Amino acid sequence: MEPRIVFRVQAEPFDIAKEIDALAGLGEDVGAVTSFTGYCRSEGGRLLALELEHYPGMAEEEIGRVVQEAVTRWPLTGLTVIHRFGMMRPGDGIVLVATASSHRLAAFEAAEFLMDYLKTRAPFWKKEHRAEGSSGEWIETKELDDRAASRWQTSM
Amino acid sequence: MTEIKLIYFAWVRERIGLAEERVDVPASVTSVAELAAWLQLRGEEYAYAFENPAIVRAAIDRKHVKPDALIAGAQEIAFFPPMTGG
Repeated sequence: MEPRIVFRVQAEPFDIAKEIDALAGLGEDVGAVTSFTGYCRSEGGRLLALELEHYPGMAEEEIGRVVQEAVTRWPLTGLTVIHRFGMMRPGDGIVLVATASSHRLAAFEAAEFLMDYLKTRAPFWKKEHRAEGSSGEWIETKELDDRAASRWQTSM
Repeated sequence: MTEIKLIYFAWVRERIGLAEERVDVPASVTSVAELAAWLQLRGEEYAYAFENPAIVRAAIDRKHVKPDALIAGAQEIAFFPPMTGG
């Protein structure tokens, strides 16, 4: 059976429980659902908000390519990726990745792969808005993220 | 000369002061790296945006490309910093 694939780029918040229920309800073959949610954090009160800029069109297409790679590599029943853009306050969810499979290993691995690739390939950029009033700075890429993505050895 | 739509994001957009523009690119400019070098000469905003060209990424028609990618036939070329989503 073809996996149920859902991916969206949106300004609105997402409902984690609803997305997980949708994957868990895909049928009796679902034995595992994993989810990862990335949140905006306050950096100890230093940060008022994170502004997420994205490349409309390419963001959806690039997430679509990463998602296709994931369903090719792992036997998934379903997969959901939601990435938000706009202004995020500490505690707001920014990104949700959820995967369903018969067994936990595929669900865990696919979710981890998706996050590693979203971080290095999906065209989103974060800008800090700081408590002391300055407009803030663009967050720099982390070498750690590049290394995390490179361990999957794809041609992407 | 070929007219190409250029799009800029994040600090590349802020440094240049434009989100997008249409430019006439001379035929001698054939790759993404050459386009970045040519843009650098268009003014100090561009020189600032591309002061370290090795870290500016590019996409042709919404697909990631390397600096040596050829721009012939491109409708839309985007320049942006390394991505920090997720």
